[in-house]
Amino acid sequence: MSSATTTDPRLTAPRAAPKKRMRLSWSDPVFRSIVWQVLIVGVIVAIVWYLAANTNRNLASRRIATGFGFLSRNAGIPIGESPIPYDPSISTYGDALIIGILNTLKVAVIGVVLATILGTVIGIARLSRNWLVAKLAAVYVEVLRDLPLLLQLLFWYTLLQALPGPKQSLHIGDAVFLSNRGIKIPLMVWQPAHSLALLAFAVGLIGTWLYARRSRRRQEATGERPVVWPAALGLLVALPLAVWAMLGAPFQVELPVLRGFNFQGGGLISPEYGALLIGLVIYTASYIAEIVRSGIQSVAQGQWEAGEALGLSRAQVMRRIVLPQALRVIIPPMTSQYLNLTKNSSLAVAIGYQDVVSIAGTTLNQTGQAIEGIAYIMAVYLTISLSISLFMNWYNAHIALVER
Amino acid sequence: MLRTTRKSAAALIAGVVFSFGLAGSVLAQTPSASGSATLDNVRKRGELLCGMAGTVPGFSLADSQGVMRGLDADSCRIVAAAALGDASKVKFVVTTTQNRFTALQSGEVDMLSRSTTWTLSREGNLGLMFAWINYFDGTGFLVKKSAGIKSAKEMDGATICVQPGTSTELAIADYYRVNNMKFTPILIQDINEIQGAFLSGRCDAYSTDASALATFRFSQGPKADDLVLLSDIISKEPLGVMVRKGDDKWFDLVRWSFVAALTAEENGVTSKNIDTFADSKIPDIRRLLGLEGELGKALGVDQKWAYNIVKQVGNFAEIWDRNITPMGVPRGINNLWNKGGLQYAPPMR
Repeated sequence: MSSATTTDPRLTAPRAAPKKRMRLSWSDPVFRSIVWQVLIVGVIVAIVWYLAANTNRNLASRRIATGFGFLSRNAGIPIGESPIPYDPSISTYGDALIIGILNTLKVAVIGVVLATILGTVIGIARLSRNWLVAKLAAVYVEVLRDLPLLLQLLFWYTLLQALPGPKQSLHIGDAVFLSNRGIKIPLMVWQPAHSLALLAFAVGLIGTWLYARRSRRRQEATGERPVVWPAALGLLVALPLAVWAMLGAPFQVELPVLRGFNFQGGGLISPEYGALLIGLVIYTASYIAEIVRSGIQSVAQGQWEAGEALGLSRAQVMRRIVLPQALRVIIPPMTSQYLNLTKNSSLAVAIGYQDVVSIAGTTLNQTGQAIEGIAYIMAVYLTISLSISLFMNWYNAHIALVER
Repeated sequence: MLRTTRKSAAALIAGVVFSFGLAGSVLAQTPSASGSATLDNVRKRGELLCGMAGTVPGFSLADSQGVMRGLDADSCRIVAAAALGDASKVKFVVTTTQNRFTALQSGEVDMLSRSTTWTLSREGNLGLMFAWINYFDGTGFLVKKSAGIKSAKEMDGATICVQPGTSTELAIADYYRVNNMKFTPILIQDINEIQGAFLSGRCDAYSTDASALATFRFSQGPKADDLVLLSDIISKEPLGVMVRKGDDKWFDLVRWSFVAALTAEENGVTSKNIDTFADSKIPDIRRLLGLEGELGKALGVDQKWAYNIVKQVGNFAEIWDRNITPMGVPRGINNLWNKGGLQYAPPMR
């Protein structure tokens, strides 16, 4: 606190340093640093220019087609699984490459979520007071971290291929079928009412967030915290249900049926996707488990003792005191693991899942435009990775200790 | 498995090679001693760099001694015999279906002999050209006998194993489109993985060139009888050897090496009896053996180039009988034109 008589030095503006004119002399540090920076930038520009010019000249002299014109050409390449409609006879290479991105995102996003859940559970299990649980978690981490990922992917893929054929598939009733063609599951037939119910859920989500914020403000102001959960329940469950019921509560399930060579109808998780997802999640979870464990252990023992002295249960101490502090240690290395998982998904080519590398590889082979193909793959991974980094950095700043 | 991960690496390397423009690419611009920069490089190096698959029985697969055997491998040898006078001076470079063109474009290999289908867009866009067809093939289907499939037309809704980046995947997509049927492709780069997926039952059918299907079936030994090669051939797949554009003299040498092997077959000249023709009166044979004319000079190689091909590797029939016949594949349309086939050698004069 500053008093009336003394002036806080932090409150007065620092006196400006006397302006010195830069001299054109090697002994002047400002001049020196400018010369070096100009030189370095110049060298980089020269190298890039040389490489680009040389590439162009060599491609031209070898009469190799260049440019991205092939993106609008009819693709003709078959694609095994696609989240959007694809027909080789009308779709273009551009469409095929977008499917590649979607397939990569499909495995990366779900993989990151599942690996985080599994890794956190295993990491906490390693610290369990139960000897067996702790040791099992330790074995999990040590074994899976030490085996090459490619080997694990091939293992899972071979395992899934060893399942019986579609006609002898393992099944739960007439709904779920497990065979070497993948897992067939019943699929709800999507109707407009469902979209509206989903919209109501989103509205409920925003409402709950606003309500929770208001109740937190109330707590800060009065010390009394209004309960949130009844309102949340109403907004998140009752509201969407009411919308759905009002529109006639449509509900229709499409069951997979064996016809000809394969199952028709219903949803499918292919062995290729399954093997890739299982492999990536299980492998990455072993690293995440270690990060979670080290994060929790980085919180001083005194925090536990202080929490317990206040009468909180062990679970409460973990949730309210230890985990929030551990998160600050956990988040930065976690970002690297998310990036690793995303990049490792490119191993999909080995087991026939058509991610962006697989489709771009086929495209560059069918069109012969290797440089464009590789540039495309690099741009896609760079974009995805930078997005993950940006989000995680934002989240890290959000939970960071606010230093005053 | 290494090959799969090496695919994009090879493309990257190609990018780097293009970017820095190695000595080879500079040489390619300037005509030299033989008139062919590639031939000069091969001579200076003392060996021919030849891209092949290395995984296909009958076409290119190392035997128990580590020697590369097969039609594609011998296709490299005849060019080495013509260019260097020694058929053994070939360095076989393993390429995948995905990095093969890049390997040739970037100068990693001097020629590509990898059961590659001659198509317009490959010749038009890749900066490469086809010198000769060494196998007239077509896309076929291999199915399990237990599936009871008799014709490709019965395979609506089937799951088909195929290697990505091949003309096969395009041919199948076209075939299903024309016949208004649907299929699910399983695309795996590594040939052992894709064959494993078919054998495990992941796919209903395995599709590639009928020749490769026949040799794959043959390689299954006693289990070959469980597999059926459908009689439907759904596309034309002329498999050829490729060279880079821009070096026409090298193209000539590769093309005429095949013509020499075919001409020898046509005239009954084999590796065993070639020396008995030394005093032959037949002009075709005299020119083939280099006793008459200046054909070697025209190609920029030794006058005995064709003699070396036949003596060291054999005529086309010998090459076929050595590599393809043991796989149980009949010569069929691959026979000489005067025996009902498509192989027609232009006159060597």
